[in-house]
Amino acid sequence: MTDITATAPVVGRSLWADALARLKANKAAMVGLIYLALMALVCIFGPNFLPHPYTTIYPDYVRTPPSLSAYPKPEMIETALQDAVRRMRADLEEWHEQDSRVFVTISSAKVIDERVTRYLDRSDTFNDARIESKSADGLKLTMSATVEKEYFLFGTDNTGRDLLARTLIGGRISLAIGLLAGCVAVAIGVLYGATAGFMGGKTDEIMMRIVDVLYSLPFIFFVIMLVVFFGRNFVLMFLAVGAVLWLDMARIVRGQALSIRRQEYVQAAEALGVGAGGILLRHVVPNLLGPVVIYMTLLVPQVIILESFLSFLGLGVQEPMTSWGVLISQGAKNIGSANWLLLFPAFFLVSTLFALNFIGDGLRDALDPKDR
Amino acid sequence: MLRYVFRRLLTAIPTLFVIVTISFFLIRVAPGGPFNQERGLNPVIKANLDRIFGLDQPLWMQYLRYLGNLLRGDFGPSYNLPDFTVTELFKVGLPVSIQIGASALIIALLVGGTLGIIAALKQNKGADYAVIATATAGSTIPTFVIAPVYQLIFATTLALVPVAGWAGGAFANKIGPILTLALPQIAIVARLMRGSMIEALRSHHIRTARALGLSDWSIIIKHALRGALLPIVSYAGPAAAALLTGSIIVETIFAIPGVGRYFVEAALNRDYTLVMGTVVVIAIFTIVFNLIVDILYAVVDPRVRYD
Amino acid sequence: MKRSLRSLLLATALVTIGYSAAFAEMIYNRGNSADPETLDPHKTSTVYEAHILRDLFSGLVMQDAKAEIIPGAAESWKLSDDGKVYTFNLRKGATWSNGDPVTADDFVYSFRRLEDPATAAEYASMLYVVKNAKEINEGKAKPEELGVKAVDANTFEVTLNAPTPYFLEMLTHQANYPVHKASIEKLGADWIKPGNLVSNGAYTLAEFVPNDHIKLVKNPKFYEADKVKVDVVNYFPTEDRSTAIKRFEAGELDTNDDMPLEQLADLKAKFGDQVRIGPYLGTYYYAVKTDKEPWSNPKLRRAISEAIDRDFIAEKVWGNSMIPGYSMVPPGIAGYEPAIADYAEKSQIDREDEAKKILTELGYGPDKPLKMEIRYNTSENHKNTAVAIQEQLKPLGIEVTMVNTDTKTHYGYLEQKGDYDVARAAWIADYKDPETFLGITRKASGNNYSSYNSPKYEELMDKAAAAGGDPAERSKLLSEAERVLVDDLGNIPLLYYSYHNLVSPKIKGFEDNVMDVHPTRFISKE
Repeated sequence: MTDITATAPVVGRSLWADALARLKANKAAMVGLIYLALMALVCIFGPNFLPHPYTTIYPDYVRTPPSLSAYPKPEMIETALQDAVRRMRADLEEWHEQDSRVFVTISSAKVIDERVTRYLDRSDTFNDARIESKSADGLKLTMSATVEKEYFLFGTDNTGRDLLARTLIGGRISLAIGLLAGCVAVAIGVLYGATAGFMGGKTDEIMMRIVDVLYSLPFIFFVIMLVVFFGRNFVLMFLAVGAVLWLDMARIVRGQALSIRRQEYVQAAEALGVGAGGILLRHVVPNLLGPVVIYMTLLVPQVIILESFLSFLGLGVQEPMTSWGVLISQGAKNIGSANWLLLFPAFFLVSTLFALNFIGDGLRDALDPKDR
Repeated sequence: MLRYVFRRLLTAIPTLFVIVTISFFLIRVAPGGPFNQERGLNPVIKANLDRIFGLDQPLWMQYLRYLGNLLRGDFGPSYNLPDFTVTELFKVGLPVSIQIGASALIIALLVGGTLGIIAALKQNKGADYAVIATATAGSTIPTFVIAPVYQLIFATTLALVPVAGWAGGAFANKIGPILTLALPQIAIVARLMRGSMIEALRSHHIRTARALGLSDWSIIIKHALRGALLPIVSYAGPAAAALLTGSIIVETIFAIPGVGRYFVEAALNRDYTLVMGTVVVIAIFTIVFNLIVDILYAVVDPRVRYD
Repeated sequence: MKRSLRSLLLATALVTIGYSAAFAEMIYNRGNSADPETLDPHKTSTVYEAHILRDLFSGLVMQDAKAEIIPGAAESWKLSDDGKVYTFNLRKGATWSNGDPVTADDFVYSFRRLEDPATAAEYASMLYVVKNAKEINEGKAKPEELGVKAVDANTFEVTLNAPTPYFLEMLTHQANYPVHKASIEKLGADWIKPGNLVSNGAYTLAEFVPNDHIKLVKNPKFYEADKVKVDVVNYFPTEDRSTAIKRFEAGELDTNDDMPLEQLADLKAKFGDQVRIGPYLGTYYYAVKTDKEPWSNPKLRRAISEAIDRDFIAEKVWGNSMIPGYSMVPPGIAGYEPAIADYAEKSQIDREDEAKKILTELGYGPDKPLKMEIRYNTSENHKNTAVAIQEQLKPLGIEVTMVNTDTKTHYGYLEQKGDYDVARAAWIADYKDPETFLGITRKASGNNYSSYNSPKYEELMDKAAAAGGDPAERSKLLSEAERVLVDDLGNIPLLYYSYHNLVSPKIKGFEDNVMDVHPTRFISKE
């Protein structure tokens, strides 16, 4: 008798496991996935580790260019001093640096109030101001203060807020809206479109006419109405954005479904007695995922831009909260004079979308049934 | 097929009716009216204005009056630009938007399609990556960034074209708007084409054609393209409707007198008649283009049949 | 033979060049922020329309390049002893652009049309000082009862309700321009179309393409046509300010009436003298809902007003294109002393200390913070202002939230007296008189967003109106009324407006003035 050694039972790999394996093998997609995950982590947790909150205004640093070295730059100290002294309504006599403190002497026609040191403290550039000496008649005063070192790696915006912090916070909004609204739009769009395309006939017509109607309604009014009835809710924006974008997705899916329902495997399933729902979920939908995935990766930038458009009209995120779209549209207005306002958020957005596209392509390749 | 087309045209009428009705009431529910502005109006004057424009009548009466006018082709005067009727505004603006939009669409389909095919043929090789990278960049950069950059480079620095303005439709003035609109579309079409071409190239009948020794290009044009066109056609339909009705961003930045701005500004200004005008125009475009798209489905993919 | 042929050719060439130089059109490309809503003077409401209409029409009196009153369609006028009846002598021989003479009947017709409720004129209130005007506009009297009369073809008489020293200033407003009766009666709503529009000013309407441009050409029948140098003026609606700058730089625009203020420092560096900034009669303020707790407490309002650092906002947010404001009426009106708040000269530190004291007195502290919501209409600068104020009030323990809505929603909400704490608003002078600023906080005014209601204020305003015959007395009473308003802080004034124009060095005759009025007929281009 032949010796039959015990072998492990043969476990078949499901089609989804196949797809997952293929995805993991796709280097570009994996890089994209990691990048996306990193970006999400940085945007979610990053602002907590930064020295500058995203709302704080630095009046001395309005519209400052980005720099790896610390601010204030030497030439800025004098300007900051002059600003502060002007607020004190006094004249700047002289100033010098000594032992890492700045000493400044001011004079005035009236007796100087000792509280003027507060103006130095108020300035972003100086801290710990104290009076060194005072002339007998009180018309001259010497103060000293330390110079606060600030880092603005991405520069500051037109109001004087740190761009790095705002870019990261903006990332939270944009990523959340982009991915979530995108997923919602895809989920609704795919189900709706697949059903319409697969059912065909009158059902298809009515469903697509509904899509036509919804498409023609004035979108802005719809958003204004949502804002009026539901206030300024974050969720609200998902609704508004998702409500518009599922329409295009539904159309694309329906087109694919119209073609697929004539395929042999669908007819085979029907012959076997599989119900319409089962055919939809197990045969139609998986086979049209290719263009769906591609379109979804094209959808996410549209979502982000649409959100910035709404915010621009006053219907989206409210100040001081921001998003990449808002930052970019503000940056675009300042091209030529403050390019960093555009470049940094744009880089974040474009690189994230690149990553998404690689993931999307990877998914499409992984899910392609013809690759077997 | 002809019967199908005819039937679709018939259903267009009730669809339009539903759209007009919903929109009519939707826009009046929003707070504020056409006459709220910074200076605020004396209540007497506001009452006069409301009366002239029929805003003091009960809503259902306004609706019926509007429908009656609509059937006669009268969209009414614009509330916020009362020197012009809505019809006149569209007569001036729609050709502008259509010129720019149609040119952008054609460029997008031709250039984008070609790029997508090339990428699919050379999948995972250098050319493919180049196309993907450019396409991704193009589809992620918003128009409100492309436009000022274009102006900065070509108009301000190189002084090759005017910065903005329509100048009666001069060619130099059209380049900027068309390019700005086309670039993102090229990117999208390229990606869609690449994706569906790859699928089509893997299908059985293409492999057969290849096995039979047919050259790549003749294979593509004769066999694969037809199958791959489906998603492009699906996308092009609504894209056409959107492009032809203008883009507010491009029109504002390039200062061209299209109708795109009306879709947003009329809503923000509560210019009820103009908003209704935009709704009807979009509805007609949507219905017509969807019909064309559906017809093209059947032409492109014989498996598609409308019973 | 050859020599004389050559000199003949040369002479011909010179003459031709001379002719073409003489005939070369002077074209002025003028950026104007927005398209006019209408060219019918009686239906207008915005500044952008005013610029265009000022070129098209000639009212009884007009403004020169410095916004001073000069004779217009009327070459002289008399005021009766009781100060209530103006008699205007119209210019003899003046005609409309189609040759019809300009007569007193034209003005009678035009004034009646302004007040006629059927016209639904937004600025009908401009003439409420005329006898029966208000009643006619409310539908309680017939237009024929308006206190205007054509004594004869060249003499036009206006009867007022009371002596109104600013009446002539008001007449410079475009709502008071004459319109051509025959055109309106024949063409109805189409009378304002290019080719139809009959005007009596320096220019006529040649083209109007919405969102594109408006072209005006010189009117040869204008009574001072020989002094008008610009042949064609193109008005461009320059909504996108960044693009407008680029167009100005490229020479596509000769002037523009606005600029992106957040880039002001860079603009000044690039354009130098071409950037023109100066005081403009307008006030930027925050309305406070004075009929709601806790904002009904004037002390609380004072605390907020003191705590706001207007210098910072004017300097950093508006790039010094706005001026810190402490009164409702901006400076610049001859003969009037605005009532400046008492803390205007105090140091910011003192003001903040006082504000803190008031807040503690009223029971606010770290465990009971004051919550304040600022509403503003969508705009980069309004947003930055609100954000700056939010940061300024933080150290005082005030929690500020912000709501921004589009302009229509914003003002619709305020007009319907929606609930709010503090809301941004502004008022630009319709004419050079404090009345235009102080009238909006009267109890009955539709622009009284704060619902400010002070019997003392009403009393002083009524007294001032009654003292119309004595300008000095009236000024004093108005100033006293403003003092009540400013001390009470019915509104919190923040900034005074300035005009910000970009003017190419090729343009002459574009004079800076507080009304920002620049009629094209005084302008020339090299």
